[in-house]
Amino acid sequence: MRALTWHGKHDVRVDTVPDPEIVNPRDAILEVTSTAICGSDLHLYDGVIPGMTSGDILGHEFMGRVVETGPKSTLKKGQRVVVPFTISCGACFFCQKQLYSACDNTNPAEKQDMTEGLYGHSVSALFGYSHLTGGYPGGQAEYVRVPFSDVGPIVIPDGMDDDDVLFLSDVLPTGWQAAENADISEGDTVAVWGCGPVGLFAVQAALAMGAGKVIAIDEYPNRLALAKKLGAEIIDFKQTNVLEALTEMSGGLGPDSVIDAVGMESHGFAPDTVMDNIKQNVGIGADSPHALREALMCVRKGGTVSIPGVYGGMADKFPLGALMEKGVQVRTGQTHVQKYLDDLLRRIGDGELDTKFLISHRLPLEEAAKGYKNFRYNQNDWTKVILKPGMLAA
Amino acid sequence: MYRDHRPKRRAAYRPEPGELWLAAGIGAIIGLAGASWYQIQTRNSVDRRLPDDAPLRTARSQPDRRRTVTGRTITIDRPRSELYEFWRDFKNLPQVMENVKDITADGDLSRWQIDGPGRDVSLVTAVTDDVPNERIAWSSTEASDIETRGQVSFRDAPAGRGTEVTLDLEYRAPGGALGRAVAKMFQSEPHLQARRDLKRLKMLMETGEIATNANRRSAA
Repeated sequence: MRALTWHGKHDVRVDTVPDPEIVNPRDAILEVTSTAICGSDLHLYDGVIPGMTSGDILGHEFMGRVVETGPKSTLKKGQRVVVPFTISCGACFFCQKQLYSACDNTNPAEKQDMTEGLYGHSVSALFGYSHLTGGYPGGQAEYVRVPFSDVGPIVIPDGMDDDDVLFLSDVLPTGWQAAENADISEGDTVAVWGCGPVGLFAVQAALAMGAGKVIAIDEYPNRLALAKKLGAEIIDFKQTNVLEALTEMSGGLGPDSVIDAVGMESHGFAPDTVMDNIKQNVGIGADSPHALREALMCVRKGGTVSIPGVYGGMADKFPLGALMEKGVQVRTGQTHVQKYLDDLLRRIGDGELDTKFLISHRLPLEEAAKGYKNFRYNQNDWTKVILKPGMLAA
Repeated sequence: MYRDHRPKRRAAYRPEPGELWLAAGIGAIIGLAGASWYQIQTRNSVDRRLPDDAPLRTARSQPDRRRTVTGRTITIDRPRSELYEFWRDFKNLPQVMENVKDITADGDLSRWQIDGPGRDVSLVTAVTDDVPNERIAWSSTEASDIETRGQVSFRDAPAGRGTEVTLDLEYRAPGGALGRAVAKMFQSEPHLQARRDLKRLKMLMETGEIATNANRRSAA
């Protein structure tokens, strides 16, 4: 089959690789119909996430048609399903508590050593990501093996387009969980850093959860315009001092909740970002959390910081004093996708949530490398790229 | 012609001002580091320590250098009896033990074929303690290539979380610390193996399968 494979920093290619097979009893094989490039794929593209191996198949936002099932799979051939990017067993202590991204049983035992060394404990496996999270082949391919297929995938009713439901795999529940973690009360002011897909869904979710005002922060006009269309007020951090503006726009209190939907590769020419970038370029596992530093400075006393943005390593020059002295609470984590799927599918069906507005480009799988390049270097215009294995190359 | 036979005098070394600053800076850093180290070592120093409640295998240094004590605890959400039954039949263990190729029963003894660092290791063990649903202990016999003892114990986990399974291993590492380092390099060091094997046991007992990222059966 054809699949998008990682070969190093800024080097991804569509290669011919062996087709997947049913390996374990709970597996299923999907023929992928749509798959998206995620902002967190760009961290792999930029080579800042450790634990990648040349030839790894990327992709953790995908959906498709079931073509083969293992004896313990609950799926049926021909069903259309969206697959969560987190692989979860459904049986362990964490899955029982619906902490699916903390699942104990899906990250292969020999892969957990490195994660334990880095984080103290291993976390669940993810599709198409670092070997820290299992090194499972991803869905930017014609076919994909879905382990634990009886726990993750949600069956999509006929009549709903791929474009309507694809984002259930990651960015929609991630934005939703970000707003849930922000602990929003009716009328609250919520600030969101980053108007990428997760930030934009967090804007929608925060408003749906009763926020009185949502303020979105970015620098790209197209992305800020999307946030505005969804009902947010906007700040361009290149024109405006964010701390001062947020304080003024929240009656001098500061936002009740702040959401860092940026993660480890903050933009913006700030001294801390420059230092962090230097460290990332020499390959020490350093995060560049400029947005998070700023968010901690901006949040009101006793407020809540929600971090859906991805971090993988260490950070310094971190405003721990602001966190402690202001009595802030921090809530974060990879998304427990399975927990949100039924509710979010219903909301899409009822027209409460709009998902299609995000898609800027649709490409055949063969042109995936072009998609990565533009999503990385042309962020204003390329807000979300969908890859279609079935689409003919232009 | 007159020649000067006096030894040539080399020009006296005069450090540049920049070099002086650098030396002063390095000196200051070393001095500060030394002062902090001294403070940390002497501040609130303790001359007698209480024996703590942590298991011996988590000690910072092992009391007996020739013997290595290692092990791991894991919580498995299955009843004690089920886990005990699985372990008691040693033939089951190669399913979860990566480096154990085969275990066969030989009367009361078990014969283990282990994929050791660079060579096969054969081990013959006898059960030395067996309390149903509580613990099983074994020890190598003289027919073995290595000297080792092990025990697995099963306790009810708190709050209905299943069973806490503890694997304790004691072995004499061939080659001492160096041997251990080599074994680690070959990923067959017992501590590493104990950790991985218990995780595989947990996967098998809780989910019915052992997670793999292999895309094809031949690679699993």
